[in-house]
Amino acid sequence: MSKLDVSRRGLLRTGAVTGAGLALPTIFTAQSASAFTNDPTGGTVTLGFNVPQTGPYADEGADELRAYELAVDHLNGEGDGGMLNSFSSKALQGNGILGKKVEYVTGDTQTKSDAARASAKSMIEKDGAIMISGGSSSGVAIAVQGLCQEAGVIFMAGLTHSNDTTGKDKKANGFRHFFNAYMSGAALAPVLKNLYGDDRKAYHLTADYTWGWTQEESIKAATEALGWETVNTVKTPLAATDFSSYIAPVLNSGADVLILNHYGGNMVNSLTNAVQFGLREKEVNGKNFEIVVPLYSRLMAKGAGANVKGIHGSTNWHWSLQDEGSKAFVRSFGTKYGFPPSQAAHTCYVQTLLYADAVQRAGSFNPCAVGEALEGFEFDGMGNGKTLYRADDHQCFKDVLVVRGKENPTSEFDLLEVVEVTPREQVEYAPDHPMFAGGQLGSCNPGA
Amino acid sequence: MFGLDKRDTSLLMIVAVLTLFAPFILNPFPTGSGLAQFNAGYPDLMQRFVIFGIFAIGFNILFGLTGYLSFGHAAFLGVGSYSAVWMFKLLSMNVLPAILLSVIISGLFALVIGYISLRRSGIYFSILTLAFAQMSFSLAYSVLTPITNGETGLQLTLDDPRVLGVTATADGSIPVTNLFGLEMRGTYEMVVGPWAFQFNMGYYLCALVLIAAFYLAIRIFRSPFGMMLRAVKSNQQRMNYTGLNSKPYTLAAFVISGMYAGLAGGLMASMDPLAGAERMQWTASGEVVLMTILGGAGTLIGPVLGAGFIKYFENIFSKINDNVLHGWFAILPDGLEDFIVFVVHPFIGKGWHLTLGILFMLVVIYLPGGLVEGGQRIAGWVRGNKKPDAPQSETKPAE
Repeated sequence: MSKLDVSRRGLLRTGAVTGAGLALPTIFTAQSASAFTNDPTGGTVTLGFNVPQTGPYADEGADELRAYELAVDHLNGEGDGGMLNSFSSKALQGNGILGKKVEYVTGDTQTKSDAARASAKSMIEKDGAIMISGGSSSGVAIAVQGLCQEAGVIFMAGLTHSNDTTGKDKKANGFRHFFNAYMSGAALAPVLKNLYGDDRKAYHLTADYTWGWTQEESIKAATEALGWETVNTVKTPLAATDFSSYIAPVLNSGADVLILNHYGGNMVNSLTNAVQFGLREKEVNGKNFEIVVPLYSRLMAKGAGANVKGIHGSTNWHWSLQDEGSKAFVRSFGTKYGFPPSQAAHTCYVQTLLYADAVQRAGSFNPCAVGEALEGFEFDGMGNGKTLYRADDHQCFKDVLVVRGKENPTSEFDLLEVVEVTPREQVEYAPDHPMFAGGQLGSCNPGA
Repeated sequence: MFGLDKRDTSLLMIVAVLTLFAPFILNPFPTGSGLAQFNAGYPDLMQRFVIFGIFAIGFNILFGLTGYLSFGHAAFLGVGSYSAVWMFKLLSMNVLPAILLSVIISGLFALVIGYISLRRSGIYFSILTLAFAQMSFSLAYSVLTPITNGETGLQLTLDDPRVLGVTATADGSIPVTNLFGLEMRGTYEMVVGPWAFQFNMGYYLCALVLIAAFYLAIRIFRSPFGMMLRAVKSNQQRMNYTGLNSKPYTLAAFVISGMYAGLAGGLMASMDPLAGAERMQWTASGEVVLMTILGGAGTLIGPVLGAGFIKYFENIFSKINDNVLHGWFAILPDGLEDFIVFVVHPFIGKGWHLTLGILFMLVVIYLPGGLVEGGQRIAGWVRGNKKPDAPQSETKPAE
């Protein structure tokens, strides 16, 4: 059935094909002349917005996309200019970036590293995107950040809260505006001390993946420094939807505070279960039982409904802030879409403006020049007060909000109230802090 | 040529021509024109076409020939990727040892899983493989984090040892994957008038591997071994009654197809040195089943077509947003423009799953033999005979 007979002609033909195949790679040795990847030569510049449009974080992704569109409008001089009016740097003129009109492409990360990288690659290779932004999960953000480093474009991280993004996985071409788990811990601890005292027993339920671990580590360190005792830490699978079996043991553990290191749908479900079990009416060790959700978002509060009332957590930004930048942003976002933006939308909007501003100040789209312009950049008027982009790890340092689920919400958006604005000094840490150690920025890569 | 009959030789030639000239074929529209959105000729997507083609060819050796429907094939893809990335971390950035290791490890892994799963057939076999794959996924996602780096995925870092290579390049960045110095990401751009064609080193490596893998698949299909596998599919019970032990054959098919998956995983990591746990999730296993059925299970070229089809939708349709739509229909009057955009909106961007689902249903209902059957029908019409000749598209699932 199978035969292998070699004729002279067949051999020649095979040889010729193989030869051509082997010679083919030599054409790749030629390299293009441009100094960096996707140097925009025409009258436009393309940015890539890579957000989850399907999957568990699709809500956040949709809101991020709205914010990006708004940012592009404002950069191109359409709309009311939003935060460009309150931004402390006045380099941007509302005529695009360096006079080039801003265009954008979008992609779906599906909250999967592979899909996110495929989508980002197509933006870089096919659409000629000079900057990639987005991500609604730390795993994806870290994966795409690594890709951008290799490809030689700038990555402006969206919503990513894990310490690792600017810790052990930091990259020279990647920048994060959002706060991180350590900052959440540092901001929450004093508030928790005031509210609940310093001799509490905490029980952690933690989503079993990188972000969950870094958050558990951070919160544990911060609360133990207060004098709290950690009774137990239990990992829950990410795909879990029913947390009853994890809540039941909490009741008998002797703990009087439950800390939920969950995000998105996980948090909505675990909090709902905890409330259903009557944890909040319990009295343990003579104290009222309390629940804490270290990372809060308005979209999560909406999902959990009445269960979030009176529960404390931290957040990067909230639309009810009354500074000029926040007001301007909420106004333009509300005018365009009819409802207030989420914290994910805010960080994405700000990141886009910060990138554009850095290019403008650097006078070049070259990632190395842009990176230099961002490193150590101090600005104000973006809704978080005075903010610093630290050069050592490309992390933004700014005030962190401690929020509480509102008892009497006046609308479906008015779910959280700001309890305290923790000043920047209190959440700062050394670049070589053990929770962030192990990685190196490396050197900036302009590609090409 | 190569010990194939005329029909198979021409099939192999077609595949070879299609893959080698893909940069031209997939870039029919001039860059900058409105239709450039539909161009698929950029390195990453071309690599994906070819790699998933290899994956589907391997899957088809098991499913198409023996009828055993494995629902956990993505596990082998994932294992292959992890092995390759570890090779890049520990040994060198040369892709050859990485690909070899990924094939070997996934082969061993397939041997273990196959040995257990093949004790059952039919739906029980599918469930067993699914269970193993989900188990691998969960392990990779959290328990085995020291090996797999969990949710974030295994990545290269600046302090990997890389015994036979360099830990970091002179300018302080991570070295890139290469084949004896030829960088996988190296791309030569040929500009012809308004067109820009990209020739990528990594793609051509994958393409050559695909051609080799396709050739091997043809040989397996036409061999006595392949005949034995077909016998398993048509009536395994009767085979057993004649005193023949079919298990070594099915196990061999399972391992071969697992090695194909590992090869695909290794190539994927070579093109983009990252291995994530989602690569092993059941959705990824389901995807290769869809590819094979969409293209035509049991046919040689079907799975490759199916793989290309699905990846095209995932990467091209998901990137069309309302903005792009408004651009296309800008010439229409405003009300009509908005209406058309409103109608089309659910099917593009985040709705690409919906479009793909509808197409999949249409194919399964009207073309049970997959895209290959569609092609044969068209060929039949052209030749003028109503009845399509379909000698190799027997696609009945085995039981």
